[in-house]
Amino acid sequence: MERYRRNFNTLSPVEQVILSNSRVAVIGLGGLGGGVVEMLARIGVGTLVLMDGDLFETSNLNRQILATEALVGHSKAGAARDRVRAINTTVQVTAFHNFLDSENADATVRGCDLVIDCLDSIEARFLLEDACRRAEIPLVSGAIAGTLGQVITIFPQDPGLKLIYGDRSSPRADGVEKEVGNLSYTPMFVAAIETSEAVKVLLNRGELLRNRLLIVDLMALSFDLVELT
Amino acid sequence: MIEIEVRLFATLVKYIPKESDTFKLPDKTTIAGLLAKLNIPEEETKLIFVNGKKEHLEYEVQNRDRVGIFPPVGGG
Repeated sequence: MERYRRNFNTLSPVEQVILSNSRVAVIGLGGLGGGVVEMLARIGVGTLVLMDGDLFETSNLNRQILATEALVGHSKAGAARDRVRAINTTVQVTAFHNFLDSENADATVRGCDLVIDCLDSIEARFLLEDACRRAEIPLVSGAIAGTLGQVITIFPQDPGLKLIYGDRSSPRADGVEKEVGNLSYTPMFVAAIETSEAVKVLLNRGELLRNRLLIVDLMALSFDLVELT
Repeated sequence: MIEIEVRLFATLVKYIPKESDTFKLPDKTTIAGLLAKLNIPEEETKLIFVNGKKEHLEYEVQNRDRVGIFPPVGGG
Protein backbone atom coordinates (compact mmCIF):
# COMPACT_ATOMS: atom_id res chain seq x y z
CA MET A 1 0.00 0.00 0.00
CA GLU A 2 2.94 2.32 -0.62
CA ARG A 3 0.71 4.23 -3.02
CA TYR A 4 -1.65 5.18 -0.21
CA ARG A 5 0.91 5.59 2.56
CA ARG A 6 0.14 9.29 2.83
CA ASN A 7 -3.56 8.61 3.32
CA PHE A 8 -2.66 7.22 6.74
CA ASN A 9 -3.50 7.72 9.49
CA THR A 10 -6.23 10.15 8.51
CA LEU A 11 -7.66 7.07 6.84
CA SER A 12 -7.17 3.63 8.36
CA PRO A 13 -6.11 0.56 6.37
CA VAL A 14 -9.64 -0.80 6.83
CA GLU A 15 -11.07 2.40 5.38
CA GLN A 16 -8.65 2.22 2.48
CA VAL A 17 -10.04 -1.22 1.68
CA ILE A 18 -13.59 0.12 1.88
CA LEU A 19 -12.69 2.76 -0.69
CA SER A 20 -11.07 0.22 -2.96
CA ASN A 21 -14.24 -1.89 -2.80
CA SER A 22 -16.45 1.11 -3.63
CA ARG A 23 -18.06 1.87 -6.96
CA VAL A 24 -18.72 5.53 -7.71
CA ALA A 25 -20.28 7.15 -10.75
CA VAL A 26 -19.17 10.64 -11.82
CA ILE A 27 -21.64 12.25 -14.21
CA GLY A 28 -20.19 15.20 -16.08
CA LEU A 29 -16.46 15.37 -16.80
CA GLY A 30 -15.90 19.10 -17.23
CA GLY A 31 -14.65 21.49 -14.59
CA LEU A 32 -16.18 19.71 -11.63
CA GLY A 33 -16.00 16.18 -12.97
CA GLY A 34 -12.38 16.38 -14.02
CA GLY A 35 -11.38 17.47 -10.54
CA VAL A 36 -13.55 14.85 -8.82
CA VAL A 37 -12.22 12.04 -11.01
CA GLU A 38 -8.62 13.09 -10.30
CA MET A 39 -9.16 13.09 -6.56
CA LEU A 40 -11.26 9.91 -6.36
CA ALA A 41 -8.67 8.02 -8.40
CA ARG A 42 -5.83 9.28 -6.23
CA ILE A 43 -7.52 8.50 -2.93
CA GLY A 44 -8.22 4.97 -4.16
CA VAL A 45 -11.90 4.52 -4.99
CA GLY A 46 -11.73 1.11 -6.62
CA THR A 47 -14.28 1.41 -9.42
CA LEU A 48 -15.22 4.53 -11.34
CA VAL A 49 -18.08 4.85 -13.81
CA LEU A 50 -17.67 8.02 -15.81
CA MET A 51 -20.07 9.71 -18.21
CA ASP A 52 -19.99 12.71 -20.50
CA GLY A 53 -21.02 13.07 -24.14
CA ASP A 54 -18.99 16.22 -24.76
CA LEU A 55 -15.85 16.92 -26.72
CA PHE A 56 -13.31 19.42 -25.43
CA GLU A 57 -13.58 22.97 -26.73
CA THR A 58 -10.99 25.72 -26.57
CA SER A 59 -13.08 27.60 -24.01
CA ASN A 60 -12.73 24.65 -21.63
CA LEU A 61 -9.01 25.36 -21.25
CA ASN A 62 -9.57 28.12 -18.71
CA ARG A 63 -10.81 25.73 -16.01
CA GLN A 64 -11.19 22.06 -16.91
CA ILE A 65 -8.33 20.06 -15.56
CA LEU A 66 -8.71 17.28 -18.12
CA ALA A 67 -8.59 19.76 -20.99
CA THR A 68 -5.27 20.20 -22.79
CA GLU A 69 -4.64 21.97 -26.09
CA ALA A 70 -3.91 18.62 -27.70
CA LEU A 71 -7.29 17.27 -26.58
CA VAL A 72 -9.48 20.00 -28.08
CA GLY A 73 -12.02 18.15 -30.22
CA HIS A 74 -11.51 14.91 -28.31
CA SER A 75 -13.85 13.07 -25.96
CA LYS A 76 -13.94 14.08 -22.31
CA ALA A 77 -14.90 10.53 -21.36
CA GLY A 78 -11.86 9.14 -23.15
CA ALA A 79 -9.58 11.71 -21.53
CA ALA A 80 -10.97 10.94 -18.08
CA ARG A 81 -10.46 7.22 -18.56
CA ASP A 82 -6.88 7.79 -19.75
CA ARG A 83 -6.13 10.10 -16.84
CA VAL A 84 -7.34 7.51 -14.30
CA ARG A 85 -5.19 4.86 -15.95
CA ALA A 86 -2.20 7.17 -15.88
CA ILE A 87 -2.42 7.92 -12.16
CA ASN A 88 -3.85 4.73 -10.66
CA THR A 89 -3.88 1.46 -12.56
CA THR A 90 -5.52 -0.28 -9.59
CA VAL A 91 -8.77 1.59 -10.30
CA GLN A 92 -11.29 -0.12 -12.60
CA VAL A 93 -12.63 2.58 -14.86
CA THR A 94 -15.42 2.55 -17.40
CA ALA A 95 -16.12 5.72 -19.34
CA PHE A 96 -19.25 6.37 -21.39
CA HIS A 97 -19.11 8.93 -24.18
CA ASN A 98 -22.83 9.71 -23.75
CA PHE A 99 -24.98 12.41 -22.27
CA LEU A 100 -27.14 11.35 -19.36
CA ASP A 101 -30.75 10.92 -20.41
CA SER A 102 -33.92 9.16 -19.31
CA GLU A 103 -32.94 6.07 -21.33
CA ASN A 104 -29.52 5.49 -19.80
CA ALA A 105 -29.72 7.03 -16.33
CA ASP A 106 -30.93 3.97 -14.43
CA ALA A 107 -28.41 1.64 -16.04
CA THR A 108 -25.59 4.12 -15.44
CA VAL A 109 -26.10 4.38 -11.69
CA ARG A 110 -27.06 0.76 -11.12
CA GLY A 111 -24.77 -1.03 -8.71
CA CYS A 112 -23.02 2.13 -7.56
CA ASP A 113 -22.46 2.97 -3.93
CA LEU A 114 -22.58 6.66 -4.65
CA VAL A 115 -23.07 9.08 -7.52
CA ILE A 116 -21.43 12.48 -7.97
CA ASP A 117 -23.33 15.14 -9.90
CA CYS A 118 -20.90 17.23 -11.92
CA LEU A 119 -23.42 18.18 -14.58
CA ASP A 120 -23.84 21.58 -16.15
CA SER A 121 -27.60 21.91 -16.42
CA ILE A 122 -30.29 22.09 -13.78
CA GLU A 123 -32.65 19.87 -15.78
CA ALA A 124 -30.09 17.10 -16.03
CA ARG A 125 -29.42 17.29 -12.30
CA PHE A 126 -33.06 16.51 -11.56
CA LEU A 127 -32.95 13.60 -13.99
CA LEU A 128 -29.91 12.21 -12.20
CA GLU A 129 -31.46 12.77 -8.79
CA ASP A 130 -34.55 10.80 -9.86
CA ALA A 131 -32.41 7.90 -11.02
CA CYS A 132 -30.46 7.88 -7.77
CA ARG A 133 -33.67 7.99 -5.76
CA ARG A 134 -35.11 5.01 -7.71
CA ALA A 135 -31.90 3.08 -7.17
CA GLU A 136 -31.69 4.20 -3.53
CA ILE A 137 -28.18 5.55 -3.97
CA PRO A 138 -26.84 8.69 -2.28
CA LEU A 139 -25.93 11.61 -4.52
CA VAL A 140 -23.40 14.39 -3.98
CA SER A 141 -24.41 17.39 -6.07
CA GLY A 142 -22.21 20.40 -6.79
CA ALA A 143 -22.69 23.42 -9.01
CA ILE A 144 -20.68 26.53 -9.87
CA ALA A 145 -21.00 29.97 -11.40
CA GLY A 146 -18.25 32.59 -11.54
CA THR A 147 -16.64 32.49 -8.10
CA LEU A 148 -19.71 30.93 -6.52
CA GLY A 149 -20.12 27.29 -5.61
CA GLN A 150 -22.67 25.10 -3.89
CA VAL A 151 -22.65 21.51 -2.63
CA ILE A 152 -25.29 19.26 -1.10
CA THR A 153 -25.36 15.55 -0.28
CA ILE A 154 -28.73 13.92 -0.97
CA PHE A 155 -29.79 10.58 0.44
CA PRO A 156 -32.73 8.87 -1.27
CA GLN A 157 -35.20 9.81 1.46
CA ASP A 158 -34.16 13.49 1.48
CA PRO A 159 -36.22 16.15 -0.33
CA GLY A 160 -33.15 17.05 -2.38
CA LEU A 161 -32.73 19.52 -5.21
CA LYS A 162 -36.23 20.97 -5.08
CA LEU A 163 -35.18 22.69 -1.86
CA ILE A 164 -32.59 24.61 -3.87
CA TYR A 165 -34.17 25.05 -7.28
CA GLY A 166 -37.87 24.86 -6.50
CA ASP A 167 -40.14 21.98 -7.38
CA ARG A 168 -41.13 20.74 -10.79
CA SER A 169 -43.96 23.20 -11.14
CA SER A 170 -41.64 26.19 -10.85
CA PRO A 171 -40.00 27.46 -14.02
CA ARG A 172 -36.69 25.76 -14.58
CA ALA A 173 -34.39 28.68 -15.10
CA ASP A 174 -30.99 28.62 -16.68
CA GLY A 175 -28.24 28.93 -14.15
CA VAL A 176 -26.45 32.24 -13.81
CA GLU A 177 -23.22 30.61 -14.98
CA LYS A 178 -24.43 31.43 -18.50
CA GLU A 179 -23.93 35.07 -17.63
CA VAL A 180 -20.95 35.05 -15.24
CA GLY A 181 -18.83 32.21 -16.63
CA ASN A 182 -16.55 30.12 -14.41
CA LEU A 183 -13.02 30.90 -13.25
CA SER A 184 -10.26 28.30 -13.07
CA TYR A 185 -10.32 27.86 -9.31
CA THR A 186 -14.06 27.65 -8.68
CA PRO A 187 -14.58 24.15 -10.11
CA MET A 188 -11.48 22.81 -8.36
CA PHE A 189 -12.64 24.17 -5.03
CA VAL A 190 -16.14 22.73 -5.36
CA ALA A 191 -14.80 19.44 -6.76
CA ALA A 192 -12.68 19.09 -3.62
CA ILE A 193 -15.75 19.55 -1.42
CA GLU A 194 -17.71 17.03 -3.50
CA THR A 195 -14.86 14.54 -3.21
CA SER A 196 -14.68 15.11 0.53
CA GLU A 197 -18.43 14.48 0.86
CA ALA A 198 -18.06 11.33 -1.24
CA VAL A 199 -15.33 9.91 0.97
CA LYS A 200 -17.37 10.65 4.08
CA VAL A 201 -20.44 8.91 2.64
CA LEU A 202 -18.42 5.86 1.62
CA LEU A 203 -16.71 5.63 4.98
CA ASN A 204 -19.79 6.60 7.02
CA ARG A 205 -17.72 9.15 8.81
CA GLY A 206 -17.65 12.89 9.43
CA GLU A 207 -20.19 15.68 9.02
CA LEU A 208 -22.22 15.62 5.83
CA LEU A 209 -24.01 18.34 3.91
CA ARG A 210 -27.32 16.51 4.24
CA ASN A 211 -30.36 18.77 3.98
CA ARG A 212 -27.87 21.62 4.05
CA LEU A 213 -26.41 23.60 1.21
CA LEU A 214 -22.87 24.88 1.44
CA ILE A 215 -22.70 28.16 -0.46
CA VAL A 216 -19.23 29.52 -1.09
CA ASP A 217 -18.55 32.90 -2.65
CA LEU A 218 -14.79 33.15 -3.10
CA MET A 219 -14.89 36.77 -4.24
CA ALA A 220 -16.87 37.94 -1.20
CA LEU A 221 -15.07 35.34 0.97
CA SER A 222 -18.36 34.16 2.38
CA PHE A 223 -19.17 30.61 3.44
CA ASP A 224 -22.77 29.82 4.29
CA LEU A 225 -24.14 26.55 5.57
CA VAL A 226 -27.86 26.90 4.85
CA GLU A 227 -30.27 24.58 6.64
CA LEU A 228 -32.80 23.56 4.02
CA THR A 229 -35.33 21.65 6.14
CA MET B 1 -39.43 50.07 11.05
CA ILE B 2 -36.90 47.24 11.19
CA GLU B 3 -33.32 46.93 9.97
CA ILE B 4 -31.95 43.87 8.21
CA GLU B 5 -28.78 42.78 6.43
CA VAL B 6 -29.30 41.91 2.78
CA ARG B 7 -26.82 39.72 0.90
CA LEU B 8 -27.13 39.12 -2.81
CA PHE B 9 -25.17 36.64 -4.88
CA ALA B 10 -23.82 36.51 -8.43
CA THR B 11 -26.06 38.25 -10.96
CA LEU B 12 -28.29 39.53 -8.17
CA VAL B 13 -25.59 41.89 -6.89
CA LYS B 14 -26.84 44.52 -9.31
CA TYR B 15 -29.87 44.89 -7.05
CA ILE B 16 -27.87 45.49 -3.89
CA PRO B 17 -29.25 48.49 -2.01
CA LYS B 18 -27.17 51.18 -0.37
CA GLU B 19 -26.62 50.35 3.28
CA SER B 20 -27.29 46.68 2.65
CA ASP B 21 -25.98 45.99 6.18
CA THR B 22 -28.70 48.12 7.74
CA PHE B 23 -31.51 48.04 5.21
CA LYS B 24 -34.68 49.56 6.59
CA LEU B 25 -38.09 48.03 6.07
CA PRO B 26 -41.58 48.51 7.48
CA ASP B 27 -42.60 46.02 10.15
CA LYS B 28 -44.17 42.80 8.88
CA THR B 29 -42.53 43.02 5.45
CA THR B 30 -42.37 39.57 3.92
CA ILE B 31 -39.57 38.22 1.75
CA ALA B 32 -41.85 38.80 -1.23
CA GLY B 33 -42.22 42.40 -0.11
CA LEU B 34 -38.46 42.73 0.25
CA LEU B 35 -37.89 41.46 -3.29
CA ALA B 36 -40.44 43.94 -4.58
CA LYS B 37 -38.78 46.78 -2.69
CA LEU B 38 -35.42 45.87 -4.23
CA ASN B 39 -36.99 45.44 -7.68
CA ILE B 40 -35.73 41.86 -7.88
CA PRO B 41 -37.89 39.70 -10.18
CA GLU B 42 -38.93 36.62 -8.19
CA GLU B 43 -38.01 34.33 -11.06
CA GLU B 44 -34.34 35.40 -10.77
CA THR B 45 -34.17 34.03 -7.23
CA LYS B 46 -34.24 30.40 -6.22
CA LEU B 47 -33.20 30.13 -2.62
CA ILE B 48 -33.87 32.63 0.15
CA PHE B 49 -32.22 32.06 3.51
CA VAL B 50 -32.56 33.98 6.73
CA ASN B 51 -30.02 33.57 9.53
CA GLY B 52 -28.71 30.45 7.83
CA LYS B 53 -32.06 28.78 7.26
CA LYS B 54 -34.15 28.44 4.11
CA GLU B 55 -37.31 30.50 4.23
CA HIS B 56 -40.25 31.00 1.90
CA LEU B 57 -41.60 34.16 0.35
CA GLU B 58 -44.27 34.55 3.02
CA TYR B 59 -41.75 34.75 5.84
CA GLU B 60 -42.03 38.04 7.73
CA VAL B 61 -38.61 39.54 8.22
CA GLN B 62 -37.57 40.42 11.77
CA ASN B 63 -35.26 43.11 13.05
CA ARG B 64 -31.57 42.22 12.50
CA ASP B 65 -32.34 39.29 10.23
CA ARG B 66 -29.53 38.37 7.83
CA VAL B 67 -31.25 37.65 4.53
CA GLY B 68 -29.47 35.89 1.69
CA ILE B 69 -30.97 35.87 -1.81
CA PHE B 70 -29.49 33.22 -4.08
CA PRO B 71 -29.99 32.67 -7.82
CA PRO B 72 -30.06 29.36 -9.72
CA VAL B 73 -26.53 27.99 -10.08
CA GLY B 74 -26.10 25.05 -12.39
CA GLY B 75 -22.64 25.13 -13.91
CA GLY B 76 -20.23 22.21 -13.88
